[in-house]
Amino acid sequence: MLELLHAVLVAPFKDMAGSPTFLVEVLIGGLAAGLMYSLVALGFVLIYKASGVFNFAQGVMVLFAALTLVGLIERGAPLVVALALTMAVMAALAFAIERVVLRPLVNQEQIILFMATIGLNFFLEGFGEFAWGSDVKKLDVGIPDTSFMAWGVQVNRLELTAAITAAVLVAIMAVFFQRTRVGRALRAVADDHEAALSIGIPLNTIWIVVWSVAGLVAIVAGIMWGAKSGVQFSLSLIALKALPVLILGGFTSVPGAIVGGLIIGTGEKLAEVYWGPLVGGAIENWFAYMLALAFLLVRPQGLFGEKIIERV
Amino acid sequence: MIYREAGQFKSTYASDQAVFPILQDRVIATLALAAAVIGLPLVASEYWLQAVLIPFLIYALAALGLNLLTGYAGQVSLGTGGFMAVGAYSAFKITSAFPGLNIVVAFLLAGLAAALVGVLFGIPSLRIKGFYLAVATLAAQFFLIWLFNKVAWFTNYASSGTITAPPRRMLGVMVTGPEATAPVRYLTALALVALFAVIAKNLVRGRVGRSWMAIRDRDIAAEIIGVRPLRTKLLAFAISSFFCGVAGAEYVFLYLGSAETLAFDINVSFLVLFMVIIGGLGSILGSFLGAAFIVMIPIFLTNVPHLLGLAMPVALQKQIELMVFGGLIVLFLIVEPHGLARLWQIAKEKLRLWPFPY
Repeated sequence: MLELLHAVLVAPFKDMAGSPTFLVEVLIGGLAAGLMYSLVALGFVLIYKASGVFNFAQGVMVLFAALTLVGLIERGAPLVVALALTMAVMAALAFAIERVVLRPLVNQEQIILFMATIGLNFFLEGFGEFAWGSDVKKLDVGIPDTSFMAWGVQVNRLELTAAITAAVLVAIMAVFFQRTRVGRALRAVADDHEAALSIGIPLNTIWIVVWSVAGLVAIVAGIMWGAKSGVQFSLSLIALKALPVLILGGFTSVPGAIVGGLIIGTGEKLAEVYWGPLVGGAIENWFAYMLALAFLLVRPQGLFGEKIIERV
Repeated sequence: MIYREAGQFKSTYASDQAVFPILQDRVIATLALAAAVIGLPLVASEYWLQAVLIPFLIYALAALGLNLLTGYAGQVSLGTGGFMAVGAYSAFKITSAFPGLNIVVAFLLAGLAAALVGVLFGIPSLRIKGFYLAVATLAAQFFLIWLFNKVAWFTNYASSGTITAPPRRMLGVMVTGPEATAPVRYLTALALVALFAVIAKNLVRGRVGRSWMAIRDRDIAAEIIGVRPLRTKLLAFAISSFFCGVAGAEYVFLYLGSAETLAFDINVSFLVLFMVIIGGLGSILGSFLGAAFIVMIPIFLTNVPHLLGLAMPVALQKQIELMVFGGLIVLFLIVEPHGLARLWQIAKEKLRLWPFPY
C-alpha cells in the first residue's frame, strides 16, 4: 500500500525534479499538442456561439479540408492555388450546410441539431473518401518535422510553426470580431438571435459566414495535423479530443478554447509520461475527459463559459 | 373508422388505467406479439434471424434504456456503449465464476453491475447539464473501454483479449454458445425485451416516470414541488444502465458469440442515440421503431446494389453507404424531428376518420 502511494504521489515528482530539461520538453510537447486541440476546439466554439449548434462534424471538416488540399496538390496545383481552392470549397460547404441542414431545422431543439451534425459527420466522411480516396496521404507544406536545440531543450520546428500559426490565427480572429462590421454582427447574433434579427442583421448570411470561418479554421488545423501525422481517416477522431477541451474552456469562449487546449495538452502529456506506466499506458484517450470532468464538478460552466443563470 | 374508440366505455378504474385503453391497440399488440413469438421463428430464415431480428431486439432494449434516460429524464448520454460493455463483461465474469447459474439470472446480475457503474457516472449530472453532461458521459465511454482493454482479469487472461459466450442450457435447450440455434436465441431476446418493455411502460406512467419528466421539463420547478433531483436523476441513470447492461450481455451472448471491446466503441453509443431520436424521444414504441429503422438501413444499403445488379468495389460501396446513411439521418430529422412514434400517432389520428373526411 505504502509502495503504491509512493509510486503515485512521490516517484513521478522525483522524476520531474531529477531531469528538468526532460520535464520542459514534455511540457513543450504538451503545449504544442494542446494548441492543436485548441485549433479544432476553436471551430466548435465559433459555430456554437453564433448558431447554438453543437457541431460534431468539426473533426470531419478538418479531415475534409486536409483531404481537399492534398488532393488538389496531388493533381498538380501549386500550394497557393490549392489553398485558395480549398477555402472556396469550405465556403461552398458552409453555404450548402446552411441551406440543406440548418435552415430547415431552425428553431428545433438543440439535440436534434446535434444529431443532424452527426449525420453530416457520416456524410462528409463518406464524401471525402469518395472524392479523394481513402489511402493515407502525405502533406508537405515545406516545414521539416525535425527538432533544434534552444537553451538545451529540444524544440520541434513543426510544433513551433503550429504554435505561431495558432497565435496569428487567434489574433486575426480577435481583430475580425472586434473591428469589422461582419464581426460585430456575429457578436450580436451570438448575444441574442432575436434582437439581432430585429435590428436587421440577416441570420442566414451570418450562419454562412460563421461556418465558413469554422471551415477556414478547419483548414489550418488540417494542415497542421496533416503535416504531423499524414492525412488519413483517423484525423476525424481528433474531434473527440477537442471535446474535453471544450467543456473545460466553456462552449462559448474563444480564450477558453485556447487555454483549455493548453491545460488538456500538458495535463495529458504529463499524466501519460509520469503516471501512465503505472496503469499500463494509453491513458491519453480518457484522461482528458476525467480532467475536464473533475474540473466541471467545481465550475459547471467551464473555465470561461458564460455563467448559467436559471429561472423557473 | 378503423381506429374509432366510440362505444368502448370504461366502467372500472382498472380499465381506465390499462396500458392499451383502446380495443384496436390491444388487438394490434396481441397480433404483433403472437406473430413475433410463433410466426417469425417459423417463417424467417437463419440469415434473417441472425442478421436482422436478433440485433434488432437487442438494440431495441438498449434504445429503451437510453430513452428512459434521455427521452424521459432529459439527461443526454453518450456512454451507452460503455454501459453495454459493462453488462457484457460482467456477464462473462459471472458465467465463468458460477457455471451452474441460470443464464437469464446472469444477464440480470450483469444489468445490476451496469446499473452500479451507471450511477457512478451519473453523479456529475447533478452539477452539469445539457451538452456539458453529454460530453462528460463520453468519459464513461472511453474510460470503461480502456479498462476492459487493459485489465486482463476481465477477459480471464485470454491472450486474444476477447470474451466468448460459454454454452449454457435453459429448460433443456441450448441458449448460448456456438451450438445454440438462432430461433432459440431469438426467442430468448424477445422474451427479455418484451418483459423489459412492459416494465419500462409501467415505470414511465407511474410516479417514477412522472418525476423524471418533471426533472426533464424544468428541473428547478420540479425541485420546488418536491421532486428530489439527486434520487430521480441517479435512479434514471441506474435503470437506464441496467437496461443497457442487459442489452450488452445479450449482444455478446445471443448475437455475436464472442467480442472484443471494439464491439462497444463510441459508434454504438451514437447508433443507440440515433435510434432514440429517430424513433421518438420519450416513447416506448419509438425505441422499437427507431431500432428497426437503424438496423434495417445498412442491410438495405448493402443489398440494394446487388438487387439492381450493380457491381461496386467494396471500398466505394462503404463510402456511398456512409453518405446515404448520413444523408438519410439529416433528411429524416428535417422531415419528422419528433420521430417515427409521432408518425404512427398521426397515422392513427387519420385512421380514426378514414375513409370519411370527418
